[in-house]
Amino acid sequence: MQTMNELMDQLKRQIIERLNLKDHTPKDIGDDAPLFVEGLGLDSIDALELIVLLQQEYNIKLSRAEDGPKVFHSVRTMAEYITEHSPEKTTA
Amino acid sequence: MKVYIRSAGNISPQHSLDKELFLGHRIAQGGSRMTALEPDYTHFVDAKMIRRMSRIVKMGVAAAMECLRAGGIQMPEAIITGTAYGCLEDTGIFLRRMIDNKEELLSPTAFIQSTHNTVGAQIALLLKCHGYNNTIVHRGFSFENALMDARLLLQEGADNILTGAVDEITADSHAILSRFGIYKKEMHGPGIPEDQKKGTVAGEGASFFLLTHQAQGALAEIRHLETIYKPKHFGDVENRIQQLLLESSLTIDDVDLVITGHNGDPAHDEIDIYLSDTIFRNKTTFPFKQLSGEYPTASGFALWLTSGLIGGQKAPEWFPAIPLPLKHILICNHDLNAHHALYLISAC
Amino acid sequence: MNAPVFIAGLGVVSAIGHNAQDCLGALSMEKAGMGELELLRSLQQGKLPVAEIKLSNQQLASMTGLSPGTPRTALLSALAAGEAIKDAGMENVQNSRTGFISANTVGGMDKTEEFFESFMKDPASGKLHDVVHHECGAITEIVADHFGIHHFISTVSTACSSSANAVFTGARMIRHGLLDIAVVGGADALTRFTLNGFNTLMILDKKYCKPFDEHRNGLNLGEGAGYLVLVSEKIMKQLNKSAYCTLAGYSNANDAYHQTASSPEGTGSYLAMKQALASAGLKPGDIDYINLHGTGTSNNDIAEGTAIKLLFDPVYPKMSSTKSFTGHTLGASGGIEAVFSALAIRDGIIYPNLRFETPMKEFSFTPVVRFLKDRRVRHVLSNSFGFGGNCSSLIFSAC
Repeated sequence: MQTMNELMDQLKRQIIERLNLKDHTPKDIGDDAPLFVEGLGLDSIDALELIVLLQQEYNIKLSRAEDGPKVFHSVRTMAEYITEHSPEKTTA
Repeated sequence: MKVYIRSAGNISPQHSLDKELFLGHRIAQGGSRMTALEPDYTHFVDAKMIRRMSRIVKMGVAAAMECLRAGGIQMPEAIITGTAYGCLEDTGIFLRRMIDNKEELLSPTAFIQSTHNTVGAQIALLLKCHGYNNTIVHRGFSFENALMDARLLLQEGADNILTGAVDEITADSHAILSRFGIYKKEMHGPGIPEDQKKGTVAGEGASFFLLTHQAQGALAEIRHLETIYKPKHFGDVENRIQQLLLESSLTIDDVDLVITGHNGDPAHDEIDIYLSDTIFRNKTTFPFKQLSGEYPTASGFALWLTSGLIGGQKAPEWFPAIPLPLKHILICNHDLNAHHALYLISAC
Repeated sequence: MNAPVFIAGLGVVSAIGHNAQDCLGALSMEKAGMGELELLRSLQQGKLPVAEIKLSNQQLASMTGLSPGTPRTALLSALAAGEAIKDAGMENVQNSRTGFISANTVGGMDKTEEFFESFMKDPASGKLHDVVHHECGAITEIVADHFGIHHFISTVSTACSSSANAVFTGARMIRHGLLDIAVVGGADALTRFTLNGFNTLMILDKKYCKPFDEHRNGLNLGEGAGYLVLVSEKIMKQLNKSAYCTLAGYSNANDAYHQTASSPEGTGSYLAMKQALASAGLKPGDIDYINLHGTGTSNNDIAEGTAIKLLFDPVYPKMSSTKSFTGHTLGASGGIEAVFSALAIRDGIIYPNLRFETPMKEFSFTPVVRFLKDRRVRHVLSNSFGFGGNCSSLIFSAC
């Protein structure tokens, strides 16, 4: 079983790779820092990419795009959503 | 109304972003593919904006930014892009994933960036340019029709029209076009057009130009531009050249240099050979595709080369001997003998 | 430079009809073209409604005289362009200074998809015939060659505004004296590439779309083609018929906000509409009907509506999105809607915006919900906006 910190670290690496954030390392992304607009500066296309990331890596389907802002607020909110919704209650 | 080239920006298999390097060294790439030399794009675009851009978008945006810088213009009034193939890399990425993943679990970025107007749109976005924005995607006429559109805008009163040509080669497109027998299996001899074995060499690149009606400080004048679609006879092209010169009150004797579209494939060079034996006999000619490779918007490279020669009044060290000052250069290009383009470029 | 440009002929094929007459019938009967995906082989069958034309490539081939192996977009293009040329009463388009300016967004992608399935397994396999028409320009050339048009041919691709730009490029060339006749418009067939692409954006409604409704939930994709025959005054006088209307104004602007999303203020849409009015020498109050871009996505409709509010408030013309009938036909939509706009002027009719129930809370205006006839329709504004911030507006005026 993965700890919350391990999951958040893994998520940061996956976000950097998926969104091609070449200038960033996991250390640059705060656990609670906003991912969108003022934080990492992500936009609506990134939100769609994160939805696919959840599906492919964690087998979690976010069917309503409107839920995005809440779930993708920060790495922590993403990790919490994954923990709550994970089909096996573990992560890939 | 006269159309002038205020400035130009280019990315190609040559050192086209560095004038001194370009004038001193000609790059010969072996094989059947000439790859564009790419700069450090962070010199042209904010790193944050680059992360989603594929090669063609980066090349196009960088060539456009270089053109604006050289022209001292921050905001063009319109942006017109010509591309025959569009964003092949992202098209291929999305297509492959769609088939591999059986139409499930697909992500949007490659699809979004695959749209043909991505280059023109990204330039507009970077500049916050709300002006006219168009993308022409007509094979070997993509760039010429973009120039025609720009000319109309100038006549309608606009100025500083950013007009360009972009195309990229990808592993898939090279593999597929090779199967059509378009490219050489390997290069024999020093390069095109000397190597007359079947096939040509693939090329790619991006060229942007600022078009204006102001002669002051301009590199060159686009005196005449004409396209011919699938000419029935070689003589038709010859006649159109004669006609074009006549309309400009010139004769072939006034032309200092002819930039030709020879691509090294005997099947496609017949027209070039015909013209060299007839109207261009005794003329200095330079087959430009030895520098750029063959692609449907390669005439963008030819126009960049020509406007540099006329604007700078200096030939590269490796160039054939040409008379200075250069007054008139004719570009005579064609894409696989279906799309012919004739340009008369004159000193300002 | 402001010489009138007449619409002498038109042709259209969409999910609501295979020619202008049939489309008019469906519009007046308020009959939408959406349904199950049947002809396009896709794993999205049964999941997403689409406005598919129920004619096989074989049937389209025999209707047009092209080979059945031709990309579907070219088949649709030839069908509608052929109708337009015939409707204009032109037998010899090839003998005049005729241009063919056509739009599409993915060229021969339907065939490329087939090719790639084999090519990905083995780079030496896949039928080369299937990729020979991959380029957007190849589609235009198949059709131009078919009708013998060679004086000027061009292809425009600016996403969903493509064919509006093709339409007014033709008008400008006539005004500049470069062409006498311009066959203009666009075509796009449904492909797996676009269907899955739009699906990744999560903007496809799983039910039939509801443009400009508070509870709109996205767009439905469609396919089709729409073409106009534009002519100079001199040519119009030689034809033994009356013109539908003129193309009185046009404009192209860029939103320059985001690659896919429209700005909340609808900057690009506002500029396109405002400049089109100026180019036609009209005031907002002169417009009798707006054929909306109206895709039914949350983002488009709020941006377009905001721009309309800014330009027209407090007196709004009648408006509707005919995408509630045809679906969003991408590169064809500007051409199809140009045809509908010209017919609205000729017949004095206004089309309904199907399935509209709840007004958007941001706006005081609502679209027309029933088919209206015997109306005075003198000036129609047609909007086409697309990815990359490309926004274009056309204005059609009674002669």
